[in-house]
Order: sequence, then C-alpha cells, then structure tokens
Amino acid sequence: MYPQDLKYSQEHEWAKLEDGLVRVGITKFAADKLSDIVYVELPKVGAELRFMQPFGVVESVKAASDLCAPISGTVVAVNEPLTQAPEGISADPHGAAWMIVVKPSALGELDQLMDASAYSKFIGEG
Amino acid sequence: MTETLKQTPLHARHVAAGARIVPFGGWDMPVQYAGIVEEHRAVRANSGVFDVSHMGEFWLEGPHVLEELNALLCNDPRRLVDGQALYSPMCNDRGGIVDDLLLYRFAADRFLLVVNASRREADLAWVKTHLARSSVRDASSEIALIAVQGPRAPEIVQSLTTAGLSTIGYYHFLPNAEVAGVRAIVSRTGYTGEDGFELYVDWNEAGKLWDALRGKEVPPAGLGARDTLRLEAGYLLYGNDMDESTSPIEAGLAWTVKLEDRTFVGSEVVRQHKERGVTRVLAGFALRERAIARHGAALLKDGAPAGVVTSGTFAPSIEKSVGLGYVPPALAAPGTLIAADVRGRSIEAEIVKLPFYRRTRRTKL
Repeated sequence: MYPQDLKYSQEHEWAKLEDGLVRVGITKFAADKLSDIVYVELPKVGAELRFMQPFGVVESVKAASDLCAPISGTVVAVNEPLTQAPEGISADPHGAAWMIVVKPSALGELDQLMDASAYSKFIGEG
Repeated sequence: MTETLKQTPLHARHVAAGARIVPFGGWDMPVQYAGIVEEHRAVRANSGVFDVSHMGEFWLEGPHVLEELNALLCNDPRRLVDGQALYSPMCNDRGGIVDDLLLYRFAADRFLLVVNASRREADLAWVKTHLARSSVRDASSEIALIAVQGPRAPEIVQSLTTAGLSTIGYYHFLPNAEVAGVRAIVSRTGYTGEDGFELYVDWNEAGKLWDALRGKEVPPAGLGARDTLRLEAGYLLYGNDMDESTSPIEAGLAWTVKLEDRTFVGSEVVRQHKERGVTRVLAGFALRERAIARHGAALLKDGAPAGVVTSGTFAPSIEKSVGLGYVPPALAAPGTLIAADVRGRSIEAEIVKLPFYRRTRRTKL
C-alpha cells in the first residue's frame, strides 16, 4: 500500500527523492480520510518552504486542511492540472496526484520522516 | 467530562455499513457512508435513504391547541386541513427564531410538531409555556424518522405499501399507512430539493423499515450529503443560518410569516422588520473559485467587511462553491459582486438567486 521509496510525515505528506529534487504529495491515508476533495491551493514556483510549515491547503466538502512541507527548500514545479481536477487526488495520491517538486535546502530533514513500515504502523495499518 | 451521545435505533446498522459517525446535536450520527459527493449525486439522480431519527417530535392535543398554536407560530396553522403539513419559524418575544419546525395536522385538536434535535429541550419549554391549556407530550424517544429522497423515491416507497401514495400532495401526509409491514406516518416532505417521503415510525420498528428500503437497493446517505443537498436547495439550517438573534424577515423567511389579522409571539418585531426593513438579509452567493467560504468567514465589499457567511460548501450538482450569508440589503440583489475572505485571501463572489439548484424533472406516481 505505502511505497518503499517514499518518506512520510506525521502530517500525512510524502516526500520522494529524485535526482537531488524532492517530489511532495499527500498519502492515501490522508486522501481517504479527507474524502470528497474539491479544492487544492498550492504555492507558486519560486516559493520558499520551511520544514513542517504550511505550504498549501486541501479542501474537502467537510473541512479545510493545511499541507505541511516535509522538506525545506524552493518550489521548482507545481502540478497545475491537479488544481483543476482535485477530485482526482484519491485515485493516485502517491503518483499522478503529486503536488509540488522542491529543490531542498536541507536534505537531511528527510531522515526525520518515517519509512513505509513506520508510517503504516503510525496510521494503525501496520 | 464526556457527553454521552444518544444513538438512533439504526446506529448498529450504520456502523456495520462502514459509516463515519460524528456527534451532532447530542447524537451519534452517520455523516457519510460511501462519500458525501457520491451520496449527494445518488439522491439527485436516483434515491437515498437518511436516518434522521434524532429529530424531536411533540404531540399537541386539546380543544385549545389550534388557537394556542396560532398565537405562537409565525405561519398560520389555521390554513391547515387534516393530513396537511406546514413549515414555520417559532419566535421569541424579540422576534428571534427559537427554531424552525414542521407542524402536522391530524385533527383540529391533534397536531404533531417536528423540531430540530439540538433545539428539542428549548422548544419543549417554549411550547409548554405557550400551549398552557393544551397537552404537550415529547415523543422524540418513541418516534424514529427515515427520509427516502430522490426522483425514484416515490416508486420505491410505493413498492413497499398498498397505500396509494400518488394521492399525497407535497406537504401532505397519510396519518396511518403501512410500509414494509411497519405502521408509518407517510409525509411527502424533505430537506433535499428532491421528491420523496419522510416516514415516521415506531422507534423499535425502524430497523425493519430501513432493511426493507436497503433491500430495494436504496443507498444510505448521511448528514454530510443532507447538508450539501439542503444548501443547494436553498433550505436553511438552524444554528448556522438562523438563531435566536435573527428574525424570519432577516433570514429570508418572509413567505412563512403571516401577519394579516393575527398576532403571534414576536410578531411586533417581525412586523416592524417587514414594514420598515432590516439592516441585514440572508443572501446566496457563488464563489469564482472552488475554495469554500465556511460558517463565520467574512464577506467583503471593496475590501471592507460587509457581512458574514452562515453556510458554505462545494455544491456537487452545479459544481460551484456556494454559500449563504448575511449582507446589507443594498448588497443582496442577484448579480452584486462581493468577495469572501477565505483564510486571509479575498475570493470574488456573486450574489445569486436562491435556490442554487431546482429540480427539473417531475416525478410521476
């Protein structure tokens, strides 16, 4: 269920290291829990992120939730199509529904995140 | 201190069906099963069944009951015939809304009052005060309420009863029918903007009726879908869109207020509001983006605070973010451009005519 090549935060974001850049999204658990996602607010390319600080918002019919950065750095890419069709997040949260790509300023922060098995335990599915 | 939440007779069925249960008005209630949007669309396109057994019911009886109701309710209960229902606000002395309710006339001296769960105790005290010469009996723990809503709802309920449902007009009811072998008050009312019925049954028989409806493949729908459906249909929610500080005129319920040749509790203030105007009115708005302006968010005009959002959601049937809010009458005309403050960001909004959604198909039965 939770891919081995991703790292996971307690706020239910994932981070994936790809050639020195870090791709970021929300976990399947978060997408299911939110359900009925209707709106995603993402930062612009060039925005500066700080570790575990809010960088955007996911809004479901019932509630709005902050997205917390699993890594510090500069946003270098944003998944614009996702903001046009946010209901698609739950279909592929660990893949096509990535949110941003970050050029990290402190790559070591990834070590503070959980691996797949720790995250599965954290959400009670391990 | 943990509040003990009450459970409806269908609670175990909701849990077994995988519902997400949340506290609502002192009750453990199912907010969703398959998902709010999916349940919403099912009700608009086909049908859905809701457990709304948390609603309160009072039996009102006696030779003076009609006269006493006439002196209490904003709408005129003398307009009812046996087998007919009436929607009405009930006000305090200051013209503020104590609750909005449904009144069913069984006979000239026998009525059923259906109230919001969160207001049951306040309503009971207020009704007893004003129906001093009548019998008022709280039957909320004896009566369960199951709503079947959607274009296919009439044919589905009809398939479970020999009673002729086609003769029941909107806001009319059968006082004593049998549905799926369960004695029921069959009311052609609802809170979704679709055709359908609300079935009042004995608390202990609710499971049998629920199972029969589920057996007809009617999917369960939760309070989440109930809220998006009612908001699209322009129905107000007590505690969100109106409360004891808002008058029926401010809340856009002037159509439920009958002032000719009668007085009722709060009618002086309500009359003044109707004749001299008010400083704020409830209006519908649609946002230019999909972000949701929720209860309590500020409405802005030219960057300055101009009102407050009372309900907001993403409306699945029109695929727009919409809401209700109080604004000065000068800003309440459809087409007026305002904005909503969503998490510090100003999002353009347009005042639109209510309801947001109106069903086009007439169901035949």
